[in-house]
Amino acid sequence: MQVRPSGTTGILLEFDSLEEVLAQYAALQEADLPALDLVPAGRTILVVGDRDTDLSELTKQVRAVDPGEHRPTESAPVEIPVRYDGEDLGDVAEHLGCSVEELVERHRDEEWTVAFCGFAPGFGYLAGAKYDWDIPRRPSPRTKVPAGSLALAGEFTGVYPRQSPGGWQLIGHSLVEAFDLDRDPPALLVPGARVRFVEGS
Amino acid sequence: MSTPTPPSAPSGENSTPPSAPGGETSTPPSASSGDIKGLRIVESGPLTTVQDFGRPGQSALGIGRSGACDRAAHRLANALVGNHPTLATLEATFGGLVLEATHDLVLATTGARCSGAPHLAPFRLAAGERLSLGMPQAGLRTYVAVRGGIDVTPVLGSRATDILSGLGPRTPEAGDVLPVGTTGRPSPGVDVAPVPEPTNDQLVVRVTPGPRRDWFDDDAWALFTSQTYTVDSESNRVGVRLSGEALPRARDGELVSEGMLRGAVQMPPSGLPVLFLADHPVTGGYPVIAYVDDLDVDRCAQLRPGQELRFSTTAVR
Repeated sequence: MQVRPSGTTGILLEFDSLEEVLAQYAALQEADLPALDLVPAGRTILVVGDRDTDLSELTKQVRAVDPGEHRPTESAPVEIPVRYDGEDLGDVAEHLGCSVEELVERHRDEEWTVAFCGFAPGFGYLAGAKYDWDIPRRPSPRTKVPAGSLALAGEFTGVYPRQSPGGWQLIGHSLVEAFDLDRDPPALLVPGARVRFVEGS
Repeated sequence: MSTPTPPSAPSGENSTPPSAPGGETSTPPSASSGDIKGLRIVESGPLTTVQDFGRPGQSALGIGRSGACDRAAHRLANALVGNHPTLATLEATFGGLVLEATHDLVLATTGARCSGAPHLAPFRLAAGERLSLGMPQAGLRTYVAVRGGIDVTPVLGSRATDILSGLGPRTPEAGDVLPVGTTGRPSPGVDVAPVPEPTNDQLVVRVTPGPRRDWFDDDAWALFTSQTYTVDSESNRVGVRLSGEALPRARDGELVSEGMLRGAVQMPPSGLPVLFLADHPVTGGYPVIAYVDDLDVDRCAQLRPGQELRFSTTAVR
């Protein structure tokens, strides 16, 4: 783990892999840190304090947190009902060198974990455990991706919480809202959560 | 402005950010005045939003902090009317806001001084009276606090409107009546708050090296910390875009998106920096070369298009 500066109120922890990020994030959440916020991402965790935070002391405390002691919770995965009817199914299958049916099967059987959130409230970047996903983005982003779109890009899959521009490949749509202010909690996908996609009707 | 979207964001590199229309806006301010104690929006000006200290602690869900751009001015406005600092104020951009009191109210304005309004001192606005903010001669954002606070319904723990994510109360429009709360706190015995006001002079702020300082060589860093940048008109609550001499990168490649804070100075491939303010994206995929000292970020929130800004590594206060 490398510690990089992030101004007068934060420090950025950098790791070699997403797996390390997830382990350390879980451990940091359980540690009693004087932090206002933790922002996990692909290779980093931003630890956020405020103007009164002693950053060198915070760094010491963070370094003392051992991810090895943490055991991931064995909670049941979040099940998201989806329909595989996205416009880009054919293109993605072709890229992977498989049939659309095989692509759908792989995606449905994959064990996904929410690596981190970003881009928009409730947008989770889900990483797979079984397959090496590496999907190119659309050559030119769509100006409007419908809310609920189930999409793939790079090593991740995700559900667009609302209509927005987007360059990910659309393979289907979710039958539940990824982010709903009238639900508690509003975000369906939180970092570290395990996710399964199931075909709904 | 067209917000710098991180390259690894699902929108792709050249897209515009998600914006409020059609988003999760909620809690429309009451449209009819009725008998509620409130402030009627007569004119909303170029951009007026309700703000407080935002939504800390929810970044992991992709929810940015948001809140008042000039936190010190927001805090002072509340103090002048005897509010707890966490109550909501109005943040007016370039003045233009016209308010009418439905009941007798006590108000104060801070930040950018506008003609047509008392400034840095509490004043009474009687029922039916109007407050009309002219365009400020210096500074950009004016905070209007009302005793009792702007009492629109909070969204995820805050009344701040985040123009990037669309979260929070919708932007007030002419005809809206914003409810005003009550407070049992004593009124402060303050006539005038003697604080430095925003100027049109070149602003010099302190920076420290950011997490990706090593994407730039020492010559580039020297250029970054010596040149005079100019504030671009494409600036907003998300960030201040700057024009100047482009900075070369010492290395190529893409950065995996990583968390950022207010005050981050991000360097897109153009080599022209973006200084992030209250509604910054939670994560970004371009290298953050430096951070502006948190105390100086409030002053950056008052920068006007065309104004000059310099980043210094030595203390300037």
